[in-house]
Amino acid sequence: MSVLPEPSGRVVVTGVGAVTPLGTGVDVFWPKVIAGESGIRRIQQMENLELYSCQIAGEIPDFEPSDWVDKKDARRMDPFLLYAIAAATMALQDANVTLTDELKDEFGVLIGSGIGGLKSMYEQTKFIHDLKPDRVSPFFVPYMIADMASGLVSIMNDLRGPNHAIVSACSTGANAIGDAYEIIKRGDARMMIAGGSEAPVNPIGVAGFCACRAMTSRNDEPTRASRPFDRDRDGFVMGEGAGTLVLEDRDHALARGAKIYCEIVGYGFSADAYHITSPHPEGRGAAKSMNMALRKAGIEPTAIDYINAHGTSTPVGDPMEIEAVKKVFGEHAYKLAVSSTKSMHGHTLGAAGAIESLICILAMRDGIMPPTINLENQDTDLGINHVPNVAQKRELNYVLNNSFGFGGHNVSLIMTKG
Amino acid sequence: MSTDIFERVKKVTVEELDVKAEEVVTEASFTEDLGADSLDVVELVMAFEDEFGIEIPDEEVGEIKTVGNAVDYISKKVAG
Repeated sequence: MSVLPEPSGRVVVTGVGAVTPLGTGVDVFWPKVIAGESGIRRIQQMENLELYSCQIAGEIPDFEPSDWVDKKDARRMDPFLLYAIAAATMALQDANVTLTDELKDEFGVLIGSGIGGLKSMYEQTKFIHDLKPDRVSPFFVPYMIADMASGLVSIMNDLRGPNHAIVSACSTGANAIGDAYEIIKRGDARMMIAGGSEAPVNPIGVAGFCACRAMTSRNDEPTRASRPFDRDRDGFVMGEGAGTLVLEDRDHALARGAKIYCEIVGYGFSADAYHITSPHPEGRGAAKSMNMALRKAGIEPTAIDYINAHGTSTPVGDPMEIEAVKKVFGEHAYKLAVSSTKSMHGHTLGAAGAIESLICILAMRDGIMPPTINLENQDTDLGINHVPNVAQKRELNYVLNNSFGFGGHNVSLIMTKG
Repeated sequence: MSTDIFERVKKVTVEELDVKAEEVVTEASFTEDLGADSLDVVELVMAFEDEFGIEIPDEEVGEIKTVGNAVDYISKKVAG
């Protein structure tokens, strides 16, 4: 029986998987991100759309549940679980690892969701309104709770290491990757599947975010509606999907000759301690999170080449983030680049931090920074390079991903070439 | 045993448990032969209730272990 190498305290990424409004699978969606395509359309899966102030979203095109689970589960699982299972399955295949009994004991799962099975909640609650509580499905609770993506991915692959979920709204995916990184770093697991999944495009989800006045009402121009950092932005566009990474102890990955995408070196997280939905106006929590990630990575701010911004296209959030970037990076803020790919795939809430970390990793691999599309009149400091509309080639050695969430959560992850 | 009821039980079972029609024979146990877990059984019973317009009280669910049990139980209920 082989013996696993001792934990090295260093963590690399050896597999990636994604379900996004620009397609399922990294090979499908990444070329579209680089090409600056929009995945935003008029909502397909809801009726009576005229009742909603926001009628557009990033839904998953051509997603077939039975490609990933049996027909029985395809019918009854909440879409947030189906997306998570699909992304995790792809990431695990990409990692190309032999799951020995010994490794399964050291392999954990941490896939969060900002909300969980909201569509199931919406559909099953109807039985209560109809005074038929005994018609609520026995699968409602297990397939609604936000930890079940981690549970199912563990059950399906017999992964018996650390297992739980994180709920931190729109910073969930980044928190999950950061916490999974620290689980491996401290030696509690050799490998982790980590990320986030979300399926909020249903009547109660859309109505709820509309009520927060957080979403765009540019319904007549779906592909132009998500426009971070642009003067005419008017709120975010909701997206669905999941992103997962396979994280691995570096020595374990080297010993098995794994393909290494990058090393995770810094994880910062903080709270604004200010308001439930509005970011702190001076971005103090965001700055703290970026500073913590830099300190833990042991690098100077000047080392960062590219930031994938939280940049949701809201009037308040975008300028706050750039102020925080300027505070942390000083003059270097004008040398690095900060783009928001939410301009293309929308805001996938709890999946955002994971999908966008994955984008950072591919950007570094290919030496190309994805654009912020729909940036026609830059509303932030004009000296900041938001990679407007067209991807830019650049050798990237260190990249940073920001994710912020309702509740005042802030997360920053730093990755470098492995 | 009613052929009509058997065919309808078979149809519901195939849909709910995602099994092949030829597996749904009178002697087949839902849990041991047709792969149902405890939650599947709850959902299956609800589907029988919908299909036949009957109520199956929780304390009587235990009588329904096989396809044949279901057909017999439903036949009695429908007749009653």
